[in-house]
Amino acid sequence: MRMTFVSKCLLFSLFMIGSAAFAKESPEVQGNSREAIKAEIDAFIEHHLQDSHDFTLFSYTDDAGEMHHVGFPLPVILWDDGLKIFSSSRLHHGESVAEVDGNYYTLYHSKIYKTNAAGDVTLDDHHHPTNAKPLDFSITKNVFMMLVTALLLLWIFSSLARSYAKHGAVPRGIGRFFEPIVLYIRDDIAIANIGEKKYKRYMPFLLTVFFFIWFLNMFGLTPLGVNVTGNIAVTTALAVLVFLLTNFTGTKDYWKHIFDPLGDGMPWYGKAILYLILVPIEVLGIFIKPFALLIRLYANMTAGHVVLMSLIGLIFIFKSWIGGPLSFGLSFAISMIEVLVALLQAYIFTMLAALYFGFASEEHDHDHGDEPELAHL
Amino acid sequence: MEKLVNEFSAGLFFWQIILFALLLWLLHKFAWKPILKAVEQREEGIRSALAAAEEAKKEMQNVTADSEKLLQEARAEREAMLKEARDIKDKMVADAKSQAQAEGEKIIAQAQQSIEGEKKAAIADIKAQVAELSVEIAEKVLREQLSNKDKQLKLVDQLVGDIKLR
Repeated sequence: MRMTFVSKCLLFSLFMIGSAAFAKESPEVQGNSREAIKAEIDAFIEHHLQDSHDFTLFSYTDDAGEMHHVGFPLPVILWDDGLKIFSSSRLHHGESVAEVDGNYYTLYHSKIYKTNAAGDVTLDDHHHPTNAKPLDFSITKNVFMMLVTALLLLWIFSSLARSYAKHGAVPRGIGRFFEPIVLYIRDDIAIANIGEKKYKRYMPFLLTVFFFIWFLNMFGLTPLGVNVTGNIAVTTALAVLVFLLTNFTGTKDYWKHIFDPLGDGMPWYGKAILYLILVPIEVLGIFIKPFALLIRLYANMTAGHVVLMSLIGLIFIFKSWIGGPLSFGLSFAISMIEVLVALLQAYIFTMLAALYFGFASEEHDHDHGDEPELAHL
Repeated sequence: MEKLVNEFSAGLFFWQIILFALLLWLLHKFAWKPILKAVEQREEGIRSALAAAEEAKKEMQNVTADSEKLLQEARAEREAMLKEARDIKDKMVADAKSQAQAEGEKIIAQAQQSIEGEKKAAIADIKAQVAELSVEIAEKVLREQLSNKDKQLKLVDQLVGDIKLR
């Protein structure tokens, strides 16, 4: 309990720092019209939600009107007729063109495009660049945060594992906080949905995915400005893993449920007609389930970030003694809710993954006429 | 939807899969396996400890029952002993009483007997003395009454007078 309080306090203070960092931008927009501020906030939110090639903690504009970004560059890794690795500092946040092995690259809306020495980007009618896009395997901000989270998780849980060896069966330190969560996932998510017999082989995935999502969600609430779990590629990757695990561990009964859902309950000529509709639905269900997972996590986290940042942005639009504290109070309340949502979304993802694994590993010799159709959640 | 597809970054997807798989493997090896094993062992320990406690409780109950039985036996024995002792005491008291009574009666009888003897002797003695005295008195009276003639005559008269002829 004490741990959660401390982490909340920490989060809150980080949040305050974040707001302060944001506030640094305000003096320079004071003279501008309200519309300009709105546009800037839009752009800021847009930029925040996207991945980026360098880790920017905050940016400010000096008296000379020049933008400064405080942070550190990350390696850019491109596959463009051979591997090209260079530091993202050479792109200067899209302000300059990086020349590598005779090729020119530039950033446009956080994406790397091939360009010429002048850095020209041609746009089509939909304002999409027509320049060639090299395959981008850069260690972006999101990849960097995932690495940090992975190391943090490794450190926390391997120390918990070691503390068992050292202090007998009693967890020490931070493990005291995490052990009940591990047990909760085992007892109320894995065993409850998969069953006593087969839950063990899914445990590592469920635990890893839960803590990975939760930690990244929480990092998303810090002013580091990361939005890893609100990135469609990340949630897709997680959902693809769930999809693969579900279908590769699927038992005979699982596949029978998809391709012969009625079993012996009906003569074949009756089934033939129904199966024209049922089987495609069931097959579609295989894909819809993980798809729902990826969209749910993405949408929830992105929406949270947008709401939170919009509310913070309101402070700069109102710029009054009433509006400011009001939006601050609101954004504080929302960020508290987001702390809950961070946990909740990790829980839901893990819970549903366990549910799907439960369907996949199900084995029954009885007729399943009254089986609850939870599969289509 | 188009925006979503546009946002999708193959590189991030690639890294996420690689990193997650690696993290999964490492955590499985260094964290989840030992943690779950330790927790299971602990739970097994708790279960067996509880079972042992239950066993001990049963044993304890047995022991208590045994000691209870022993105690009861001892109590019964004590009761019996006390009763015996009381009986003996009662008998002894009764014996002593009857003996004393008999003794007393005997003493009383003896006393009565001796009193009777004494009394008889005393009475006999008194009788003898009275006889002696009366003889002496009679002698003195006679001597005095018969000291002169008149008186002798008077007596004779009186005595003659007393004699009623039938």
